[in-house]
Order: sequence, then structure tokens, then C-alpha cells
Amino acid sequence: MTELDDIDRGILQALQADGGLSASELGRRFDLSQPAAWRRVRRLQEEGVIAGQRVRLDAGKLGFGVTVFLGVKLATKGRVSLEDFERAVTAIREVQTVELVLGLYDYRLRVVARDLADFERVLRRRIMTLPGVGNVEANVLLSEERRPGPL
Amino acid sequence: MLDDIDRRILRLMQADPAISLPDLADRAGLTVGKCARRIEWLRESGVLIGQEVVIDWRALDYAVHVSLRVTLDKTIVRAFDEFIAAARLVPEVIEIQTLLGRVDVRLSVIARDLGHYQAIYRDQILMLPHIADIESLMTVAVVKSDEALPL
Repeated sequence: MTELDDIDRGILQALQADGGLSASELGRRFDLSQPAAWRRVRRLQEEGVIAGQRVRLDAGKLGFGVTVFLGVKLATKGRVSLEDFERAVTAIREVQTVELVLGLYDYRLRVVARDLADFERVLRRRIMTLPGVGNVEANVLLSEERRPGPL
Repeated sequence: MLDDIDRRILRLMQADPAISLPDLADRAGLTVGKCARRIEWLRESGVLIGQEVVIDWRALDYAVHVSLRVTLDKTIVRAFDEFIAAARLVPEVIEIQTLLGRVDVRLSVIARDLGHYQAIYRDQILMLPHIADIESLMTVAVVKSDEALPL
């Protein structure tokens, strides 16, 4: 596992808030030379702590007014049906995340749609027709915040 | 309003957040100057919020990821606000979402191992105010997580 010192933690927090910060800006904030800041970011990337970057877009301004979390229970189980389901569900463009979970449901999906009518279309035509799909529960997202986590 | 070229720029950025401006301009069929002006406009209009790094908590030895689905006691007027304010103080809570449906609030909680999770659950989560019911889903595998919008 990766050992972090206070500066690494600070850098991770700063990059969580703004992933576009340059090494020179990070250096200024944490009193490091630019190469030293760059080496720290590089190490965090190489060790897999920074798994990647993501562009943050305003979904509402792009016309995606509805985000729904679906809990999906499969009707039939077995290795083949899980693989079939996963292959089909990840190919749906409106499905943003897919997690295999233990508990009340088998999968947790995050789905975006333009509005509730569009969501109904995605649910009926794409989700309910997936191989092996059984019971589905929907919760509409009202608000969301990401926290920095235990850094 | 966004046109097809703006959408193409955002699609390219979603697919490769680290893409350089010259590459992006090239693939969008624009000069570097025109591409930079469009990105500037997308930022100013708030469509493009910025970049964020994705932290892989497993690389920091947080192996357990649980989704807690909480139903609140709605007879208490300030149940939502007080619950969320208290949940923000738990460092291991990395996401807070409010929902419309059978569940009121969802928390993403990370822990080093099951023993650590049990301690967080007992000492911090169950102490949060106004919980009427709580269910947990443990994430076994993340199948898709790009969170891209279907532009």
C-alpha cells in the first residue's frame, strides 16, 4: 500500500477540487519546486492512487435533467447470465455506472435521461429488455455532493 | 446554445480528459485558436465545470466500499438537514446523495476492512440523527464508472 505524507494528502485534496492544477501551481501552494510537485503527482499516478481524470460537465445545462439510481435484481443467476447482463448493460449510453453489489440487489446502475419521459423510454426499451433482468427499483437523484474522504 | 462542434469537443474531452489542446483541435476539425475560444466559452457558460482526479481508494488500502441507503424519520422537520450535516463530519463518507423514492439519502462509505467498517457503522453511522431505517449494499465489483454523458 502507498504511504502518504501530509503534502501528498494536500495535493490529493487540491486535485480533487481542481484536477486541472499545474505542477507549478501545486508547488506554490505546498512550498515545493515545480519538479518536486510534478514528481509527487507522478508517483501518485504510478502507484494507482490517482486512477485517472474526469471532465466535470453540468448535466442539466446539457439537457440531462434527470439522474436515476436503479437497483436491479436478476431473475436467473449463474456466471453466464451475469456476463450477458454486464455486456449488455455497459453498452447502454445512458447508463453511467454499473456496480455489482451484495445485498438487496445484484446491480446498482446510475442512469441519466433528458426528463422523466425520456427515462421511461430508457427503462422500458433498454433496461427492462436486458438479459436476465428481474425486479427493478428506481430512486431519482435530487442532490449530490462528493466529499474529500479520509485524507 | 451548443452546436454539434461543441458537443464533439465535449465528447472528445470526456473520452480522454488529458487530451492536449492541439490534438483536441485537430480531432474536432478546428484551428487551435478557434478550439481554445470554444472551450473558453464552454467554461464561461458553466457547461464545462472543470476537471477532477479520480482517486482509487483501494490503492490507499481502503478495500471495503458500501452503499448505505437511509430512510429518515420525516416527522422531524429538519431531519434531512441535520442528518446531512452530521454525515459530512464522518471522514469515511465520500458521497452524499438525496433521493426521491423508497430511500431518502444514500451514503457511500469506505473502510480499510470489514472490522474497520463495522467500527465506522456502529460508532459513527448509527449515531447519525433521525434514521428510521438503513440498508446496505456492498460493492463487489465496479463494472462501468466513466460517468460520461451520452452527448
